Amino acid sequence: MSVRNKRLYLEDLTVSFDGFKALNNLTLYVEPGELLCIIGPNGAGKTTMMDVITGKTRPNSGTAWFGDEIDLLKLSEAEIVAAGIGRKFQKPTVFEQLTVFENLELALAGTRSFLKTLRARITASQQRRIEEVLNIIGLSGQSGATARILSHGQKQWLEIGMLLMQNPELLLVDEPVAGMTPHEIERTTELLLSLAGEHSIVVVEHDMSFVRSIARRVTVLHEGQVIAEGDMDKVQKDPRVIEVYLGV
Amino acid sequence: MDYSRKPAARARISKLLEFWNGIASRDRGGARLLAVLAAVAIASPILNQVVPPSSGLHLSAFGITLIGKYLCFGMLALAIDLIWGYCGILSLGHAAFFSLGGYAMGMYLMRQIGPRGVYGNPVLPDFMVFLNWKSLPWFWYGFNHFPFALVMIGLAPGLLALVFGWLAFRSRVTGVYFSIITQALTYALMLGFFRNDMGFGGNNGFTDFKDILGFDLHSDGTHVVLLVVTAVALAASYLACRLIVESRAGRVMCAIRDAESRTRFLGYPVESYKLWLFVFSAVVAGIAGALYVPQIGIINPSEFAPINSIEAVIWVAVGGRGTLYGAIVGAVVVNYAKTYLTGAFPEVWLYALGALFVLVTLFLPSGITGLQPAWRKNK
Repeated sequence: MSVRNKRLYLEDLTVSFDGFKALNNLTLYVEPGELLCIIGPNGAGKTTMMDVITGKTRPNSGTAWFGDEIDLLKLSEAEIVAAGIGRKFQKPTVFEQLTVFENLELALAGTRSFLKTLRARITASQQRRIEEVLNIIGLSGQSGATARILSHGQKQWLEIGMLLMQNPELLLVDEPVAGMTPHEIERTTELLLSLAGEHSIVVVEHDMSFVRSIARRVTVLHEGQVIAEGDMDKVQKDPRVIEVYLGV
Repeated sequence: MDYSRKPAARARISKLLEFWNGIASRDRGGARLLAVLAAVAIASPILNQVVPPSSGLHLSAFGITLIGKYLCFGMLALAIDLIWGYCGILSLGHAAFFSLGGYAMGMYLMRQIGPRGVYGNPVLPDFMVFLNWKSLPWFWYGFNHFPFALVMIGLAPGLLALVFGWLAFRSRVTGVYFSIITQALTYALMLGFFRNDMGFGGNNGFTDFKDILGFDLHSDGTHVVLLVVTAVALAASYLACRLIVESRAGRVMCAIRDAESRTRFLGYPVESYKLWLFVFSAVVAGIAGALYVPQIGIINPSEFAPINSIEAVIWVAVGGRGTLYGAIVGAVVVNYAKTYLTGAFPEVWLYALGALFVLVTLFLPSGITGLQPAWRKNK
């Protein structure tokens, strides 16, 4: 098997919690610039997989490499973020009392220490970057608005924008369209499609029509393992997938 | 003559004015507060020293001391609001830092008494002679020098906050658990300072001060100067706090307050932010305590009482949390009410304080100062 030039390698990952195997010899690759969708019933191990990639959970065995150089299992959560992996959680968590602009400002790559942020000023290039991201996520008009007053969908976009501020090479996006209106789902689809290519994106989602509209490749997880892979049509015809999802 | 410096100086002045205008337009409450402090610092000396006592406008020595006390409490409230209002750290032990600063100043004032004490010992304060101590304990060394005392006023509360905060924040003790252990901290200190063998005067604490830097503490003039110094210190602390909350670090603080783990996930060392702010806040509280003691003329362990810290938090809530100036307004208003009520109806004060807190929580969630913008919006 070729193990070259992939963005992310997960090989033989096993995570067990008190004997329950949340991941069971999971092997998965993400290509550079690819938009990969991961689906699977509850308890399939989707969140655990994200946790392993972001360093929140350590696997019992297996390997996780970011590119050919970086061993994710040796890095802390903060180091993984710095290495270029951004994660968007299910529930949008933006800083409600700050403005949209300030939210993006805090997400800027760079200085983090108290004494330095005490004197930090926004440089012209940082200003441009923030405006660029405001454009991408479609919130240019709300730049000065308090994040609290944004709609659910706008908060999700803002959070994706905050990830983009750190120029991640890999974006992990957990259920981006849960609770969104059809119009917002459409905008989110456009947003994610426009980001693929420049970034590798892994989306975990339950909404099948959304998955169908964005995914070029779909991976189905079940009981901690990959049970099917390929484009949406192929996956939907797979008898094991039908069994797992419909209990036939 | 180097004329090229003049335009530079002018530019600097206009820059300073711009900075001030910026603050004044962004922070009207703060600008008003600073104006009031300036007025107090200018008017109080005149009303006390120039206006004759026979005039109705004369400000008595008692009035001077009262205003000075309120301003010290305002400074304590400011310190609490910086960490509670902006970073979500609710300390119910800030009176401990206030008292430590006060004790450091008290030690200087005790050493200044010299041979004028009741027992006339040139080195040992009266209470040590009374306890039959033969020599000065090591931790009293240096307190006869004012600069040393100044350093200790910041160092004692700062160091305690550093150690205590480091232990608490590193173990990720947050929310109500943090509040409870700060109560335990101040209570433990109170019990410690009550003990005679601690070397801090036991339950009598320090009193009978004679002079500060050679100025008689019984003269009105000294008290007027202390009031002016307090007003200036409060204004400077306010500006320092305002600069912190308006910086990017200030926005990180709000982020920590609203979504701590999210902030950590963005790569910010949340614990170190909390620790720095906690230490800074403790030092401000300590300076407030140090200014309080020479004006009031006494410091004893009851200043560490847990209720004192809780009262200070109520001042902040009443004035308006998360505004900085609101905390100061709250401290002055509540303490004025306390002065009045404990004089007129001493037994109702605690009930009144409790009722005030409940009413403010229910009907004025953003405090007294929160009233005014809403009023304006309606117009």
